[in-house]
Amino acid sequence: MQTAVSNTTIPMPPRRRTKEVMAFLQASPFLLPALLLFTVFFFYPIVKVVYLSLYLTNSKGVAKHFVGMQQYVELFTSPDFIQSLRVTLEFVLLTVIPGVFIALLLALLLEKQIRGLSVFQTIIFSPISMSVAAVSTIGLMAFNPSVSLLNWILSKLFGIPNINWLNGSWTALLAISIVTIWMNLGFSTIVLLGALRNVSQELYDSARVDGANYLQRLCYITIPSISPTLFFVFVVSMIGSFQTFGQVNILTQGGPAGSTNLVVYSIYRNAFFNFQYGLASAQAVVLFIIVLVLTLLQFLVVERRVHYS
Amino acid sequence: MKENRVLLVIRYILLIIASLVVLFPILYSLLISLETSNHVSTYPPQLWPHPFHFASYAEALQAAPLGRFLLNSFIMSAIIVCGQIVTSLLAAYAFVYLRFRGRDVMFLVFLATMMIPTEVTMIPNYMTIRALGWLDTFAGLTVPFLANAFGIFLLRQYLLQLPYELFEAAKMDGASQWRFLISVVVPLSRPILATLAVYVFLQSWNMYLWPLLTTNSTSMRTVQVGLGMLQNQDALSWNLTMAGVVIISLPTLILLFFAQKHLVKGLTAGAVKG
Repeated sequence: MQTAVSNTTIPMPPRRRTKEVMAFLQASPFLLPALLLFTVFFFYPIVKVVYLSLYLTNSKGVAKHFVGMQQYVELFTSPDFIQSLRVTLEFVLLTVIPGVFIALLLALLLEKQIRGLSVFQTIIFSPISMSVAAVSTIGLMAFNPSVSLLNWILSKLFGIPNINWLNGSWTALLAISIVTIWMNLGFSTIVLLGALRNVSQELYDSARVDGANYLQRLCYITIPSISPTLFFVFVVSMIGSFQTFGQVNILTQGGPAGSTNLVVYSIYRNAFFNFQYGLASAQAVVLFIIVLVLTLLQFLVVERRVHYS
Repeated sequence: MKENRVLLVIRYILLIIASLVVLFPILYSLLISLETSNHVSTYPPQLWPHPFHFASYAEALQAAPLGRFLLNSFIMSAIIVCGQIVTSLLAAYAFVYLRFRGRDVMFLVFLATMMIPTEVTMIPNYMTIRALGWLDTFAGLTVPFLANAFGIFLLRQYLLQLPYELFEAAKMDGASQWRFLISVVVPLSRPILATLAVYVFLQSWNMYLWPLLTTNSTSMRTVQVGLGMLQNQDALSWNLTMAGVVIISLPTLILLFFAQKHLVKGLTAGAVKG
């Protein structure tokens, strides 16, 4: 393959160049539709969002006054944004760790090929088909103290007094986390189940010969063997949690007192209710960097895994 | 042997408990949707409807134009599915069968879009749609989603597995690129196209933030956003709200039952996107 440098210094023989132009022309109708859409709706907006974050905008979102990094400085000194970041991090911890743990347990239950497995599998996968709006609306009823079956069960079983979930700061975050964990269960379970079924049967057999019990096999064979997938599910769940919006909008609108004001919801409010497009763009850039770092982390680890094997 | 059977029984019991817990929210909404308003608002909550009150569904359809919302969601999802199939197939074809300078770089550029979450780009994209005068239109709802790197990636992987001799044979026969694409590649790619269609339909049907931003009028709302109109009714109408939940979840639940393999395949392959 020719490099770009040689292309600029030594002119290509004319016949070859025509051939290349022809090849390019031939490929362009295949690539143009996607390329055009990606340019307009992915690459341009990324540049635009960075640009907007450096400007003060009018209420229509037109950049008016260059302020440089000022809005970033403002963000990281504003108690609201700090709270929003803190709450988002708490939310990520509250959803990712229990979510992956429960999904692992479910995947372990589904691992063995037993009679009727497909029925259980369909049921346990079912959350993947549910939308955030539907699940959050069910949550709205489940966490409403005047009709809450959940509260009734908690009071009958553990004597816990009626909780007004969505009006308490940490219970509201907990409620949103529960909804989110349930929503993501199907997906994480599917991915982990796929990994479990790929673990070498020979390893298990030899461990059995050595007299290892289930727990030992789990700790010394299963978990290490699926650790790349576990890591992957962790990262993907984290990214998903950072992108959470619907649950907040439907269940709490960020309240009470900003205790569920997750980053995306905060961007939405700042842009479309307070018309501070510049500030909201700065928040979006921060979100982008977080997601980018997580994605690159995932790629790096996958890369390493490939090199190992 | 005996110990194995005990373990098997334990596994079944745990599976049944897990299934009930996971399924519970869906069952719960179904049961509530079949109760009368009076019955719903009693405390302690009663789970089993008696008698089954199917009228909630009719009432829900009256309380909000759910029929219109369903239609909008179907149109929107269908456009996005068709668009992504076309753009993905074309681009994947070029990446597999055509030789041109910068192909690998171009592929990486396409893949890079996977790292850009829609939540990050929503402000400029909203402005673009507004500037085009596409707020409250199907164009505004669908055009930003007509191409997706995931579809291109999925189809490319699949096409790479097809025997390359097919392409050479078609070339020998003097078939054009387009002819080869339509009469050989498309028929052979049916399974993967089905996977892509099912997966993209699920994603589009369940979209929430973008339709919320870009539609305003009742006649353009999708089901996911329109559902909110049912919960803002008076506090006693939980049965209507849950009937709405069941109605909007039905298409994707049916998809899960009949196309689970495709859905699972799409989701696990799409996992790269996060």
